[in-house]
Amino acid sequence: MADRTPGTGNSEAIAAAFADGPAYVPYLAVGDPDYESSLAYVEALDRGGADVIELGLPFSEPIAEGPTIQGAVVRSLEGGMTPDRFFAFVEELDVDAPLVCMTYYNLIYQYGGSEARSASETSGDAASSDGPRAFVEKAAEVGLEGFVVPDLPAEEADPLREACDEFGLDLVFIVAPTTKGERLERIMSRVSGYVYVQARLGTTGAKSDVADSTTESLDRLREYDVPKAVGFGISTGEHAERIVAGGADGIIVGSALVDIVADGVEEDLSTEAVADRLESLSRELKAGAERGYAARTGAAESR
Amino acid sequence: MSETEPTTTDAPEPSRRPGRERGRDDGKFGRYGGQYVPEALMPAIEELTDAYDRYVLGNEDGFMDEFRERLADFGGRPTPLQRAERLSERYDREVYLKREDLLHGGAHKLNNALGQVLLAKYMGKERIVAETGAGQHGTATAMAAAHLDMPCEIYMGERDINRQRPNVFRMKLNGAEVNPVTAGRGTLKEAISETMRDWATTVENTHYVIGSVVGPHPFPVMVRDFQAVISEEARAQSIEKTGELPTDVVACAGGGSNTMGSFAGFVDDESVALHAIEAGGSTLEVDEEAGVAPNSASLFAGEEGVLHGARTKLLQDSHGQIMESHSVSSGLDYAGVGPELAYLVDEGRVTPVAVDDDAALEGFHRLSNTEGIIPALETAHAFGYLEEHAEDLGERVVVTVSGRGDKDLESVIEETDKRDIEGAPDMSMFTGGI
Repeated sequence: MADRTPGTGNSEAIAAAFADGPAYVPYLAVGDPDYESSLAYVEALDRGGADVIELGLPFSEPIAEGPTIQGAVVRSLEGGMTPDRFFAFVEELDVDAPLVCMTYYNLIYQYGGSEARSASETSGDAASSDGPRAFVEKAAEVGLEGFVVPDLPAEEADPLREACDEFGLDLVFIVAPTTKGERLERIMSRVSGYVYVQARLGTTGAKSDVADSTTESLDRLREYDVPKAVGFGISTGEHAERIVAGGADGIIVGSALVDIVADGVEEDLSTEAVADRLESLSRELKAGAERGYAARTGAAESR
Repeated sequence: MSETEPTTTDAPEPSRRPGRERGRDDGKFGRYGGQYVPEALMPAIEELTDAYDRYVLGNEDGFMDEFRERLADFGGRPTPLQRAERLSERYDREVYLKREDLLHGGAHKLNNALGQVLLAKYMGKERIVAETGAGQHGTATAMAAAHLDMPCEIYMGERDINRQRPNVFRMKLNGAEVNPVTAGRGTLKEAISETMRDWATTVENTHYVIGSVVGPHPFPVMVRDFQAVISEEARAQSIEKTGELPTDVVACAGGGSNTMGSFAGFVDDESVALHAIEAGGSTLEVDEEAGVAPNSASLFAGEEGVLHGARTKLLQDSHGQIMESHSVSSGLDYAGVGPELAYLVDEGRVTPVAVDDDAALEGFHRLSNTEGIIPALETAHAFGYLEEHAEDLGERVVVTVSGRGDKDLESVIEETDKRDIEGAPDMSMFTGGI
C-alpha cells in the first residue's frame, strides 16, 4: 500500500467538520435500547452541535469497550440490531453531521456472506478486499463517511483501506499513549479523516479526570497534518475545554452519553427526556471545546 | 500469499516451513492467524514477540534450560506413555495413553502456564492475569505464579465458577484472586474478552498468560511450542517402546492447546494420522435465532472469521456475531479454535471429528472402569471417538489423556443420572452434590 499524502482525506464532509474550530464527535451505540429511541437520541446529538457522529454497530465481543458501552451493546443486540438494520437506520436518520461507523472487524468481514468470502478464497489471497468490500459499498450507499475499527491494526487493514478509497470513505485509526516510533508511522501512513487519540490506556469509559498522557500523545502527532480528535474518558465541558486548549482538534465522547441512555432505561424515562439530556450535555461539551479553542488561538495570537 | 504450493523452492514460504516451525516468524498460518487487537495492546504484543524470539527460540539467558528443569522438578515430566491393555484388546490394535493427567495439577495446562509465567519473569513483568474456562488453565497459572512468586488474577465466567467450584478453591489456595465475569453467558469467551480488557489497562507491568493456542501472534506459536513437549516425549517414547512411530494420534480439541501439543512433534511425520476430537455437544444443529450453537465444534462446523485477535474458524451467525457454544465439558466450551489447527484442517493434515456429550460420557465411564483412569470430560471425548471409529485407525494409536477427571465429578454425577450408560455406577444417591 502506497503511503497516503498527509491531509488528503476522502470525505469532504469530515474534512469540513474539522476545518474551522474544534470538532465535537459524540458516539452512541445504534439500537440502544431500541431502534426508534436510538433515532431520536442520535438526532439530539446533532441538534446539540455534533460535528461528526460515530455510530456504533454492536459486536458480541467488544474487547476494547469498558462496562458502559458493553451494556449498550448488550441492549442493542437484545433489541435485534443487525448490520442491515444498522444500514437502514443510517438511511432513516435526519442529521447534518457526517456519520462514521464504529464496529469490529468480523462484522465488516462477514458482510455479504460466504459469497464475498469465497471470492477471496478462490483468489487465494488472504489480503483480498472482497470481504470488507461488500460492507464498505453498502456503507457508502447509505451515506456513511468513514470507519473506526478498534480491533483492526494497521498491519491487517489494507483490504479495508483499499475498499474505503474505492468508495470515497475515510478510515480512522486509534493511536494509544503507547504508540510510538515505527508503529506510529505505519498508522499515520494509512489514516484518513481524523486520528483518534486514545487519552489513556485501557477500555472506553467516562472518568472524573483526563490523563496527562494526552498532551504527550498530541506532541508526538504534531508533525502529522491530520485532525487529532481525543477520546476515552471525556465527560464534561471542563474536560473538553482542557483537551482542546492542550492542542486537540476535536473531542470524542462516548461513555458519558451512553450513561444517559442507560439511566433512561433504568429510571424508565421518556424518549424525549433522554434526548433532552443528550442534547444538553452535547451543548456543554461543544461549548467547552469552543472555550478551549478560543483560549488556544487567543494565546497564539497574543504571542 | 499464494495457496498453490510451488513444488521446488529454495526458501519455503513462511507457512510452508516444516510444521514444527510454522508461524514462528509472522504469526500467519496460510490465511489464518494475525494480530487483530486494539492499538493499546500492540506494544505489549511486540514486546512479547521480541521476548519469545529471544528467550524461547534463542534460549537467551538459559530460559529454555530453566523451563525444562522446572517442568521436570516442579511439574513431574516426563509423563509416561502407557499401553492401555483393556482398550488394546477391545479395539484390536495397540492403544497407548500419553498421561498428561499425571502432570502436576492434573492436566497438560501446566506446560504452557509455567512457560509463560517464567517468561513474564524474564521480561521483568510484575503481575499475571489469565482467563480460565474449566479452571484447569486458571489452576495451572495460579500454581505456576505461586511457584515463581508472582501476583496473579484469574478471570472466570460466573457460570463456569458454579460448574467448577473445586478449581476455584484451588486457585485461591495458591494465592490467586478470582474475578467473576458476568457478561454474556459467563463462560470462557467472555472471560478472554475481560482479561484482554484488563491487559489493555495494565500492559506496562502485566503479562497475560493466555490458556490456549488462540489469540494474536505470538500466542498461538508460543503456546504450541510450550505444549509441544507432549508430542516430543510421545514420539521418542513410541520409538523406544515399539521401535516405530504411532500410526495415529488422537487428541481432544477446544481452543487447541492439548491438540497442538499432541500433534506438533508429529506434523512433519506424514505417516502419522492426526485426529482432533471436538465437542459435538447435544447436536451440531445451530439455533441462529437464539445465537446458540449447542456444540463447540468450530473446526468441524465453524466458518472463517476474526475473534480474540486472530483470524480462524468460528461458531458465528450469518452476520458475524459470535455464537454461544456448548459442551458438557467446560474446557472445550469455546466458539473459536487456534488458527494453526484451522490451517492444518484446511490442508487435510488434521482430521476434525465431533463427538457428542453422550459418547463423551460413555468414554468417561469406559476409561474409568476398564483402565483405572478417571479422565477429564474434555479427554473423554477422545475415548468416545475411539469407541466409534477404532476401525478407521491404524495399528498403533496414541491418545493423549489431557487431564484427570476429579474436577468433573459433580457434573458427571448429574449428567450420568440423566442417561443410561453401560458400566456406569448408579449415581442417583449422589445427585445434589458430594
